[in-house]
Amino acid sequence: MTSTVPKPASRYPEGRAAFPHKHLLGLAGLQPWEICFLLDEAERWADAARTKGAIKSDALHGLTLINAFFENSTRTLLSFEIAGKRLGADVVNMAAAQSSIKKGETLIDTAVTLNAMRADAITIRHAMSGAVALIADKVDCPVLNAGDGWHEHPTQGLLDALTIRRRKGRIDGLVVTICGDIRHSRVARSNMIALATLGAEVRVAGPAPLVPECVDAYGAARFTRIEPALEGADVVMMLRLQTERMDGGFFPSLREYHALFGLNAARLALAKPDALVMHPGPMNRGVEIDSAIADDPERSAITEQVEMGVAVRMACLDVLTRAQRGVEGWA
Amino acid sequence: MSATLIINARLVCPTHSDVAHGALLIRDGRIAATGDVTAQDADIVDAKGALLTPGMVDLGVFATDLAACHAGGITRIALMPDGPPPLDNPGLIERAAKAGKPDLWIHPLAAATRDLAGAELAEIGLMQQAGARAVATGRHRIADSALMLNLLRYAGGLGLVTITHAEDEGLVHSAVATDGEMAMRLGLAAAPAAAESIAIARDIALVEVAGAPLHFRQVTTRAGFDLIRRAKAAGLPVTCGITPAHLLLSDVALGEWRSFARLSPALRQEDDRQAALEAVSDGTIDVIASGHDPRGPEDKRLPFAAAQPGMAGAASLLALSLGLVRDGYISLPRLFDLVARTPARLLGLDVGSLTIGAEADLALIDPATAWRIDARKSPARASNTPFDGLGVEGRVRALWKGGKRVA
Repeated sequence: MTSTVPKPASRYPEGRAAFPHKHLLGLAGLQPWEICFLLDEAERWADAARTKGAIKSDALHGLTLINAFFENSTRTLLSFEIAGKRLGADVVNMAAAQSSIKKGETLIDTAVTLNAMRADAITIRHAMSGAVALIADKVDCPVLNAGDGWHEHPTQGLLDALTIRRRKGRIDGLVVTICGDIRHSRVARSNMIALATLGAEVRVAGPAPLVPECVDAYGAARFTRIEPALEGADVVMMLRLQTERMDGGFFPSLREYHALFGLNAARLALAKPDALVMHPGPMNRGVEIDSAIADDPERSAITEQVEMGVAVRMACLDVLTRAQRGVEGWA
Repeated sequence: MSATLIINARLVCPTHSDVAHGALLIRDGRIAATGDVTAQDADIVDAKGALLTPGMVDLGVFATDLAACHAGGITRIALMPDGPPPLDNPGLIERAAKAGKPDLWIHPLAAATRDLAGAELAEIGLMQQAGARAVATGRHRIADSALMLNLLRYAGGLGLVTITHAEDEGLVHSAVATDGEMAMRLGLAAAPAAAESIAIARDIALVEVAGAPLHFRQVTTRAGFDLIRRAKAAGLPVTCGITPAHLLLSDVALGEWRSFARLSPALRQEDDRQAALEAVSDGTIDVIASGHDPRGPEDKRLPFAAAQPGMAGAASLLALSLGLVRDGYISLPRLFDLVARTPARLLGLDVGSLTIGAEADLALIDPATAWRIDARKSPARASNTPFDGLGVEGRVRALWKGGKRVA
């Protein structure tokens, strides 16, 4: 399942100029080659893991990484923790349930506290858009956004782009259909930005109330039925239906959602014969995706997405801490 | 009381289209004469060519902030009833009215409903006896149309203007921004701008039924202005206001989740801002107010959606409004119609002009003095202004309230 088609050479400047940003708060505003740089870095870790088994590096030995998750997460938290540990760092997880937020401490106070702990990088997830940027403004070390409200989930966008690039050999010119609750999805936003920036033709589809009109600002085409959006697609990305966000009456029932927007074999047949199926997980089987498709190793890249997630997070942690580690060309 | 003669001034009166050179005599707290005046017994103040204007009447502020008002040339404020506690009984009205005298007159607005809950009418008549000069629905409108109709009728029957907020509560329920690319990119819950015009359309229809006056405290959308224009053309007793924020900023100001730009209603897209400028030029907008709502870091240094809406605006209202004159949208006398005379009229006050016999609420303004809005040096109780760092022109040199020099 490694890439068979040689990928186009990515061109970016030497050293720190390749990625001069202190934080990774989102993919918006990044140059195509900055995204490519992160993907290439991640690919090295992915290839190493494939050839040598679960590799252990000491690149971040002696560094303390804090994962501050103010919103529940299992997969992303685990992925960041594994990424940090594979790089040799000391990883500390702070879960919302244990945090002072419950005791009324403001987010700024929490940020100042985290900063005083002298972490070398902080990864943050928060339920409110912009909350990670707010914290990043108050701390001295690099901050990685692990998802803030509906805003962005940059490492998810990167890992999806990397998965597509490895499977398809390229991103430029591919038709990628993202289907589901676009309005409330940070994954959709980061993916629209990453994939459109890298030259894909992005389509977004879902029940009309869940697909904002202004997706064209992202260079994406808007569909309110799934079938036309799937026609000729190279990649079909199904989003998780966040039933907890469905307080506004956006669609009538899960049953109807599955009937109209669920990915089944008949619908997938509208896409290209070799179309790749993706899902950021965790899946609602029988709602947005049928099990038969999710479990088909020929079509589904879902487990590879998880694998690439660790590689992408290793790359991001490595790149963002290079300046403070005094890596040559990065200090 | 002694007399003061302000000489060598440019007199700006909203009842005159021209700005006239001359003097103004204050005697016994009132404007005694204007024009070519002399008085042997008066203290002389040489205006040196500065503008002498009516003191501003700020219609709809959320806090009594004497220092900010005086720095901004404001001599009277109409205090919104939101509290806490909500100004929904005569005792609270009476107490609020006394808080600023004699240097700043506070006209508390009577809460339209008990506890501002939108369920039953508050004791509006008793509050009127206690000093309330208008009725307001607070930060939200009244959702119940039947109650709103009764409010308009009841307040109108007592000779009071009703002041309302214009947003459909269903659409703005959890929204903190206006629908559009900016809200999408920032990942913020947003409501369509139509939330405003829906509310305005309903209330105009109710005004037609009740035949009673209604003031929309803030109208901020093209569709909203169109409705107001049509209602006025049909002769309905409808007026509307705006704050400088919606005239000068669009939702682009939300960038980086700047919670100082979290306002209610939310900042609109550029086309609506342009419509607001058109509406201020063509006279659709009747009032410019500060909406002064000083809020400290505990309310503002938060993720955007968790921050409270509102901006501190009293100290910068004059300078930002003078920008509209400089840029040719309105004349100087017209500006003082918007910030003094019309708000006074809606409150049933005989101030807001340089008419002889009126109370001497006056501001002496250097219109060309350049300064920079600096949140750290703000005279206001809190520094939550979305205009921090903006260069403006126009500063208050002196202020008189009832003939007494207060700044």
